Amino acid sequence: MSSVVEPQTTPKWIGKAVKRLEDGKFISGKGSYLDDLALEGTLHVALVRSLYAHARIVGIDTREALEVPGVLAVYTSADLPELYAPGSGGRDAKVVQHPVLARDYVRYTGQPVAAVVATSRAAAQDALQMVYVDYEALDAVPDPLQAVQDGTLVHPELGTNHALKRRTSAGDVAEAFAKAHRVVGARMVQQRVAPTPMEPRGVLAAWDGIRESLTIWSSTQMPHDLRSAVAEALGLAENQVRAVTPDVGGAFGAKINVYPEEILAAHLARTLARPVKWVESRSESFVATVHGRAQVAELEMAFDAEGKILGLRGRVVADLGAYILETTLGNAPGTILMLQGPYEIPAIDLELIAVYTHATPTGAYRGAGRPEATYYLERLMDMAARELKLDPAEIRLRNLIKGPFPYKTLTGAKYDSGAYPETLRKLLELTDYPALRAEQARARAEGRLLGIGLTTYVEITGYGWDTGGVRINPDGSAVIFTGTSPHGQGAGTGFAQIVAERLGIPLERISIVQGDTLAVPYGMGTAGSRTLSVGGSAILNAAEKVRAKVVRIAAHLLEAAPEDIVLTEGGWGVQGTDRAVSLEQIAQAAYNPRKLPSDLEPGLEGQATFNLKEANYPFGAHLALVEVERETGEVRVLRYVALDDVGVVVNPLLVEGQQQGGVAQGLGQALYEGISYDEIGYNRSTSFLEYNLPRADQVVRVEAHRGNTRSPTNPLGAKGIGEAGAIGATPTIVNAVMDALGVKHLDMPLTPEKVWRALRQGQG
Amino acid sequence: MAEKVRISVTVNGVQHTSEVEPRQLLVHYLRETLGLTGTHIGCDTSQCGACVVHVDGQAVKSCTVFAVQVDGSSLTTIEGLAKDGHYHPVQEGFWEKHGLQCGFCTPGMIMAAVDLLKKNPNPSEGEIRHALEGNLCRCTGYQNIVLAIQYAAAKLRGEPVTGAVADD
Repeated sequence: MSSVVEPQTTPKWIGKAVKRLEDGKFISGKGSYLDDLALEGTLHVALVRSLYAHARIVGIDTREALEVPGVLAVYTSADLPELYAPGSGGRDAKVVQHPVLARDYVRYTGQPVAAVVATSRAAAQDALQMVYVDYEALDAVPDPLQAVQDGTLVHPELGTNHALKRRTSAGDVAEAFAKAHRVVGARMVQQRVAPTPMEPRGVLAAWDGIRESLTIWSSTQMPHDLRSAVAEALGLAENQVRAVTPDVGGAFGAKINVYPEEILAAHLARTLARPVKWVESRSESFVATVHGRAQVAELEMAFDAEGKILGLRGRVVADLGAYILETTLGNAPGTILMLQGPYEIPAIDLELIAVYTHATPTGAYRGAGRPEATYYLERLMDMAARELKLDPAEIRLRNLIKGPFPYKTLTGAKYDSGAYPETLRKLLELTDYPALRAEQARARAEGRLLGIGLTTYVEITGYGWDTGGVRINPDGSAVIFTGTSPHGQGAGTGFAQIVAERLGIPLERISIVQGDTLAVPYGMGTAGSRTLSVGGSAILNAAEKVRAKVVRIAAHLLEAAPEDIVLTEGGWGVQGTDRAVSLEQIAQAAYNPRKLPSDLEPGLEGQATFNLKEANYPFGAHLALVEVERETGEVRVLRYVALDDVGVVVNPLLVEGQQQGGVAQGLGQALYEGISYDEIGYNRSTSFLEYNLPRADQVVRVEAHRGNTRSPTNPLGAKGIGEAGAIGATPTIVNAVMDALGVKHLDMPLTPEKVWRALRQGQG
Repeated sequence: MAEKVRISVTVNGVQHTSEVEPRQLLVHYLRETLGLTGTHIGCDTSQCGACVVHVDGQAVKSCTVFAVQVDGSSLTTIEGLAKDGHYHPVQEGFWEKHGLQCGFCTPGMIMAAVDLLKKNPNPSEGEIRHALEGNLCRCTGYQNIVLAIQYAAAKLRGEPVTGAVADD
């Protein structure tokens, strides 16, 4: 090398829109998802599921099913030891155990009642229809507001349907409402929605009788959590269980939970000493995988004459469904935590009641509590703007928190960093808001129903701790090990960018290992938009450890002081000289003790743990322009602009992908999606015929913008982007439609029929 | 159980002769008998499109066709789309434009898009979105899929194309 060595000062990889390292196999059909795995001699499980929301199981006749060729066994709860799916719950929660197959009673349509095991999937399916379950139908409470009354009980042994009751109060709310100039309020329903990853769930388990150990492959977000749950359920030590996550076809929070089917498959594999596989069908997925949202809020907000918020009070009723899975109890407290939003609110009094219902368990779904809170607040802000005759942007600007940060809310959140009014002002600028309002006025004069919706939000991302490892091989290529478990986000590419930045390794020479508890260090998986700020920080710290050793070896090889070694375009060199060595030379030396300083151990790898002591709080502002067709009630989103601030962005391509996809999911909830139960608790939405997932011609290109307010909570300065789109989009679109209609409130989804009826009734 | 039926099909240029149950769906034949697991199953009502393959040059949902119905046909699946080690322009577009996240709908999307561009080499954005009505994606919001197909259309027409999406 002839040029003089200068340190690399501007980031080379962090912040770059790098194409994903993950994609080659997926575009070639070489991805390996759960159902693509095949083991010799695998047995297939199909589940008989309850057709009733609430019934007593009088008897189960399996004789005919057992005669189907290929069927080996049919299990009911009577044939199993006490096996439960894991749940959760603090001391103040009333929790019941959740048997993997229904015992004596069924409590939601779709609850597993019996398991057919056969040598082929077709044989297992054939036999399902020949398992005769005799039910005595009982009264059901699928509706949470009905369940609150404690008439019919889901679990009589608890004496109540109320699983969790909490009250959060601060400031003088009574006085705030007494002196209010205006009070606005509404009952708002966050309908049940199905997370609907395109790959349903699935599990494959195999018992190794020689090593007395179980391997379980699962379409899960948390392999280590699955390992613990399976070990506990089967009475094994954790070193007897290996959990492996193959490629996962989307999850959105729904695959965090360890489900009854995973425990059951593990047990059957061990009992039968054969590999056992269960793959969920789409119709099963609509009844057997958690639903999200499922709340009813009755909230009111007090304002002074200038439009400043004086207080917020009311109650949130959360529908838990019939059993508590690991994430079931998280949504409702998360809603309360985020109910101050980005606003100055001097007094709050919030009651939370989480109730059992005769319905599929609810759980984490993209946002898990924050979309609910944001929706309620943003709807109330628009109702207030209407009452006080203020522009929706103006009323928000008058109430947004200006700092200083960290900012503690009355609900217990501590916002790490933010720029809320600045962000809204920037959005108004980006969209030329006054011009949009003028366009709307012109359209209205022509009789067209144009509406503009705004949202300002703050949300919470990242939790817990995680582990990362970086190993440089003798040839200078590198492997990253992560305890997180990304499943579509492309986080591996972001990890590689971090390592490339710190160690000067080309991206194409870096590979990622994840999702196998025998191969990676302990970690908490991928959920809550934690993967980059927690997992990425651990990898950054591991890379720094390796970097320190790289510098030591380079200094030794170049006979220079470590302080003088810098990373350059061409390798590692002595600043101000023309002397440098390549990473390959350093790596070779690292594996040869004779070439190393005597105090250095051979090898070139590092592992680090990062503990996120406090969560980080992304924020942003969204705007939608919609048009409502007068004749049909159809809503068309004409424009959607998102300005999301998630701190330091490692890869804008990936972040934009999350913005686009997140908004589409929020739009889906606002306009199209909803799980519907009839009055006796029968789930009427069990296919894509009844459940309208947004299609390509129903969504709109998001004009995606990003802020850059650094988070002090982690060395990357990053916050999570996974959920912001789904948080911002529902209130933004509903606000826009209400603006177009001049109506105070309609519950989601805003289907053409609902909108058309509102137009006909001139409701307002 | 009905007697098995002998079928002969060419898949990705390779001829296969198999004995199949008359009720076996094409998607199960491809995945389980031939081991071509790139074709996915995302629903049971023929709506998600994860299973789209080409039968004699036409895009079909392989979950709506019995294996016996393709006797004598020539099929292309996602595994057979790249030629001589080069990705098809649609595959390339999906990579360049970040047209996939979890990748599960991707094979069906790509096969549907290849069919679209054969019929309409210069589709408008609206035509692309309309053509994808039978293919569901939960991750991307479709926007980058539209960009990927526009990229491929331009490339197939011999026009210059640009790679990965804008920086900040």
